Amino acid sequence: MNSYLTLTYFDVLLATGFLMLNGALSLWLNLQLERKLLIAALRMVVQLLLVGMLLKSLFSILSPWLTLLVAVAMVLFAGREIWARQDRRLRGFWGYGLGAGAMGFAGAGVTVIALTTMVGPDPWWTPRYALPMLGMILGNTMTGVSLAQDTLHGAAARERVAIEARILLGANRMEAMLPVVRRALRAGFIPVINGMAATGIVSLPGMMTGQILSGVDPNEAVKYQLLIMFLISGATGLGVLLATFGSIWRLSDSRHRLRLDRLTKPKG
Amino acid sequence: MLTVKALTRLTIGPVDLSVTDGECVAITGPSGAGKSVLLRAIVDLDPNEGQVSIGKISRENTPAPEWRSHVAMLPAESGWWDDNVGAHFKNPNKITPKLTEVGLSDAAMGWEVARLSSGEKHRLALLRCLENDPEVLLLDEPTAALDHDTTLQVEALLRKELERGTSIVIVTHDTAQATRLADRRLHLEGGKLGEVAP
Repeated sequence: MNSYLTLTYFDVLLATGFLMLNGALSLWLNLQLERKLLIAALRMVVQLLLVGMLLKSLFSILSPWLTLLVAVAMVLFAGREIWARQDRRLRGFWGYGLGAGAMGFAGAGVTVIALTTMVGPDPWWTPRYALPMLGMILGNTMTGVSLAQDTLHGAAARERVAIEARILLGANRMEAMLPVVRRALRAGFIPVINGMAATGIVSLPGMMTGQILSGVDPNEAVKYQLLIMFLISGATGLGVLLATFGSIWRLSDSRHRLRLDRLTKPKG
Repeated sequence: MLTVKALTRLTIGPVDLSVTDGECVAITGPSGAGKSVLLRAIVDLDPNEGQVSIGKISRENTPAPEWRSHVAMLPAESGWWDDNVGAHFKNPNKITPKLTEVGLSDAAMGWEVARLSSGEKHRLALLRCLENDPEVLLLDEPTAALDHDTTLQVEALLRKELERGTSIVIVTHDTAQATRLADRRLHLEGGKLGEVAP
C-alpha cells in the first residue's frame, strides 16, 4: 500500500500562515512575542533542513563509522543539556560525566539491543533505523536523568540537617538519603509513566502519526509505537537509576558522610 | 573514655583531648572559633585527620555508622525527616517515661513535627540521641532555646547520664551552665584548645 502524499515547499509555506497570524496578533496587542516566535521558527527551519540533508547523505553513504560519529555527537549534546538543566551540579568531571554517561550507557545499550534483536535491519546499524530510534530514546532518557539529578542535588542540599541527623543516629548513607532518593527517582520516572498512561487517549504519538500519514497500516504503526514506548521507558528508568545512584555515591563517602562540598553553588 | 589525638579539620587543630568515663568537659570560645566543627570532626561527620578512640574502640577500625552509635552528637539545629515525632525514634514506647523528665508531655510521641517549638524539638532530639546508649555525648548548645527551669531539668537528665558513666563534651555560651555541669572547662580560640583555670 502506497498512499503517501508528498508535500511541496509551497504547502509548508502555507502552513506558516497560522504562525504569522500569531505574530501579527502579538504585534497588534503589543505582546512582544513576535521576535521570539520568529527566531524559534527560523531556528527550527534551519536545524531541520540541515538534519534532513545530513540524514539523506548518511542513509546513502551507509558507513558504520559515520553513523557512530553522529550517534556519539548526539550523546555528547544531550549530555550537555543534562548538565545545563541542573541548578546544582556535581563538581568537576562528574558534573558532566555522570549524567551523560548514565544516559549514554542506558540509551545506547537499549538501542543496540533493540536493533540487533527486535527490529533487525541488515546491517543492524543501518542509520535509517538506528539514528531516529537512538534520538527518541536519548531524548526521553535525557529528560529523566536531568530531572532526577536536579531534584536529588537540590533536595540533598536543602535537607542537609535532616540527612545528617539520621547519619548521626547511626544510619548508613543509603538509609539517610532514602527520602531524597525516592523523590529524585519519582521526578525522573514521572514523565515516562505519564507518557505511557496518556498515550493513545490524550495524544497520538508523533512517530505513530507520522507513520500513519505516510501510509502505514495503523496496526503496524501501533506495534512500532509500543516497541518504542517500552524501549524509551526501559532506557529512561535505567538511566535515571544509574545517574541517581552515581550521584549518591559522589554526594557521600566511605565514612558515610554527606559531601555537599562536592556540589557547585546554586545558579543565580 | 574518649581520647582525641592530633585532630585537625580546616583551621582547627591539632587538638588533643581526653575525657574520662562519667566526666563532663565544657568547651567555650568566641562564635566562629570552630566549636561545632570540632564536635563534627570527632563524630566523623566531616573529613578530618587524627586519631579518636573510646576505650579500646578506635575510630579508624570501626565502620562509621557503628562509630556514631558509640559517639552521639546533638547538633545545634535538630533535623527531622518525617511528619510525626514518633517516627524519629527506634522505640517510642521506651522514650515515653523520659519525656516528663525534660518537661514534655507524655503524649509528645504522637505530635506533629511541624507544630513543635524550637525548645521542644531540641529536647526531643536529645532524647533521640540517648536511644543508642552512647558511651560519649557531644552536645552543641543543648539548652540555648530553653528557659531557666527547663534548662535545669535537662541538666538533671545529663547528670544521670554522667552517673551511668557516659562521657560528655558540651559546647556552651553559658558560663553558669559550664560551672554547674562541667568537671573541666576548655577554651577554643585560634584553632587551639586550652585549659581554663577553675
